[in-house]
Amino acid sequence: MSEQKLQSQTVQTTGHAWDGDLQEYNNPLPVWWVYTFYVTVAFALVYWTIYPSWPFGKGWIGGVSNITYVNSEGETKTHSWNTRALLMEDLNKAAAAQKPYFDKIAGMSYAEIAKDPDMNGFILSSGKALFADNCAPCHQAGGQGKIGFFPNLTDDDWLYGGTFDKINETITGGRHGYMPAFGEVLTGEQIDDLANYVASLSGIGHDAAKAAAGNTLFHGETAACYYCHGADAKGRQVIGSANLTDNIWLWANVPGTDSAAGKVAAIRGVITGGLNKGVMPTWAGRLSPEQIKVLTVYVHELGGGQ
Amino acid sequence: MNFNFKHEWIETNIGLMAVLTMLAISVGGLVEIAPLFFIDKTIEKVDGVRPYTPLEQRGRDIYQREGCYLCHSQMIRPFRDEKLRYGHYSLAAESQYDHPFQWGSKRTGPDLARVGGKYSNEWHVQHLTAPRSMVPESVMPNYPWLIKTPLDISDIADRMKALRKVGVPYSLTQAEYEANVKKFGETVAKQLHIPNAQQSLIEQANFGNYDGDRSGISEMDALVAYLQVLGTMVDFSKYNDDAFVNDR
Repeated sequence: MSEQKLQSQTVQTTGHAWDGDLQEYNNPLPVWWVYTFYVTVAFALVYWTIYPSWPFGKGWIGGVSNITYVNSEGETKTHSWNTRALLMEDLNKAAAAQKPYFDKIAGMSYAEIAKDPDMNGFILSSGKALFADNCAPCHQAGGQGKIGFFPNLTDDDWLYGGTFDKINETITGGRHGYMPAFGEVLTGEQIDDLANYVASLSGIGHDAAKAAAGNTLFHGETAACYYCHGADAKGRQVIGSANLTDNIWLWANVPGTDSAAGKVAAIRGVITGGLNKGVMPTWAGRLSPEQIKVLTVYVHELGGGQ
Repeated sequence: MNFNFKHEWIETNIGLMAVLTMLAISVGGLVEIAPLFFIDKTIEKVDGVRPYTPLEQRGRDIYQREGCYLCHSQMIRPFRDEKLRYGHYSLAAESQYDHPFQWGSKRTGPDLARVGGKYSNEWHVQHLTAPRSMVPESVMPNYPWLIKTPLDISDIADRMKALRKVGVPYSLTQAEYEANVKKFGETVAKQLHIPNAQQSLIEQANFGNYDGDRSGISEMDALVAYLQVLGTMVDFSKYNDDAFVNDR
């Protein structure tokens, strides 16, 4: 009771009374709080002057802060502060920092880049980041590929060619693998013969008699496999047909199958169903020519470059 | 003027207090949102942006049903690292036909605003079915039912009509169709015509064969078709790298 009395003496009330005697204390805000509030108001005024703030007609007040950048046409432009102009400035700075390297790369042949230790360091670091962002989801982190889906980039086997120029061409323009399905063109027996022949080319366990028959089919006009895979069955990189003689497999999961019969069956599956996959997207619009050049050398140096 | 304002007037009149409270709290929204309707650069003027085709729109529905937006944003911000990883920053114009937009605010997975064309269809199919078979360190859940579930296309016209009500220019009448021909070209306009919706959905699914299985149209077909169009509508090679700086 006495405490209540004390409070009512020191704290003002709002002056209203409800139901006769119901009153409300009026506790003013602390002074430090009020002044902090005034400071934030002053800050807002300064902020509005410097940065874009109030809408005005069909536009807005841009503020006094400016950003100067150079665009792709080489024009120097000044614009009131915004994040898009800021990005241009950021990109300008990054381009200036990387310019010595990219100028050097543009002027060097692939072989020179690969031999230059200074450049090699740049390729390894920037190429690794590019590879992780753009290539690794399919070709995997180390470029080892995925059987049944995406080719290994670290071995000596190249569908479309493993020279610098060919790798660059593949990255720039993309690829699309295709092999017709023979399931309805050939009999099951013929496909079995062909699968045994293809297995024999890589030294996999097979039926010699069937392989001999497959050999005839392969080089004959009925199946005409030689037309794409070549008479030596080593593939033709111009059209991306596989080398069938090196025991390196992409579409038929031969390494993942234990029994010889299983391996032949895997090959038979590809001949029967054909392929309309092995799609590599084109990177021309997504990456700059310099970035593609960096990636080309990076992929070449993964181990299989020719 | 002898105007003696008293708090008591408001405090003892609940109707007046409700009106004044509403006015006070609407200020924040009004000053942030209302000017956008008057500023003529809110939506950038850019060629190529069109509404989704029926198949893509169904894919988008599945994207929302499965909650992809909980982990994936569709908003590339104008920062150097985002440009290098994802491509050109997103424009407001690019999501003008999105209801609701999928900008998102959280990235557990990568941004998908420009995922279109970055991977092959077969990668998407395999990755959606079993993400870790493609990206070993991924934490994305498996979505194995997408390829097994036939796509429900029976209500595609109704879905498009609903979007038309909120402003997406799908056409119902001949006049609207002709307006779309002028705006988007004949090929696109045909796909935006609601009376042909089922047929154009089937045609696109059969032609694109997104899931690699020609026997029918699965939910995978729709979702991959949607993912493959994300961020591809604007051809940025036609614009200077600072073409959109003036819009902000």
